[in-house]
Amino acid sequence: MDVELIVVESDAGVMNARQKGRQLAMTIGISGSDLTLLATAISEIARNIVQYAGQGEIEFRSIVRGGRRGLLIIARDHGPGIPDIAQAMQDGFSTSRGMGLGLPGARRLMDDFEIVSEVGAGTTVSMVKWERS
Amino acid sequence: MEVPILKQGDFLIASILGALTDTALTRLQENLVHAVRKHRSKGVVIDVTVLDVMDSFAARTLRSITVMTRLLGAKVVIVGIQPEIAFSMVQLGLRLEGTLTGLDLEDGIALLKAADTKDGARNHGR
Repeated sequence: MDVELIVVESDAGVMNARQKGRQLAMTIGISGSDLTLLATAISEIARNIVQYAGQGEIEFRSIVRGGRRGLLIIARDHGPGIPDIAQAMQDGFSTSRGMGLGLPGARRLMDDFEIVSEVGAGTTVSMVKWERS
Repeated sequence: MEVPILKQGDFLIASILGALTDTALTRLQENLVHAVRKHRSKGVVIDVTVLDVMDSFAARTLRSITVMTRLLGAKVVIVGIQPEIAFSMVQLGLRLEGTLTGLDLEDGIALLKAADTKDGARNHGR
């Protein structure tokens, strides 16, 4: 795998994205409960795209750092963006029909997590799950 | 994918057969609530053994089903939550407060029967 891309614009896309992520993670040696954690994080992030931006894409890349392999997931949308990221990362904060667990929940489920957002331009979430050493 | 709802005596059994979209989960919620009313069911077992993820939407929908069904006078038991799903739910901060859970279908039916007997005894003594 070099790069795989999934377009997310409906709840079917949310399901495709988490299944694709799980499948790719398996090929790079991620296993057991880590697969479920990763698939759940993708589900939350992908649903955010559909809810807030309507449409976006999720890119999957296999990466290596210090001899360990990982799956990098980059979720991009050109939606309204997030005015206050610190607030959006708090548990319980949600402006839509979610439980306010999407972003902070996904951060807890993944090993690395980064979010960049610009109001009016969109949001990019990058997150990594590493294979167990 | 539709979730089939089977009637077994006073109870309904909904077995999730594969990964579900949000739409399919919402439809299960509607179908179950209507089925409880139609069959005058006393309890519902939802088997989530093969569910691939329990994210915030799935957990919220299951909780809504529990509350709606309770309003109609029936109980819900969620069975088959896998260890890795339980792990991810806790990490994500999801709880199924107020929801009965059981290991498997058999366990779920036994829980409903036990609850039914207990309620019956209480009403009888009134």
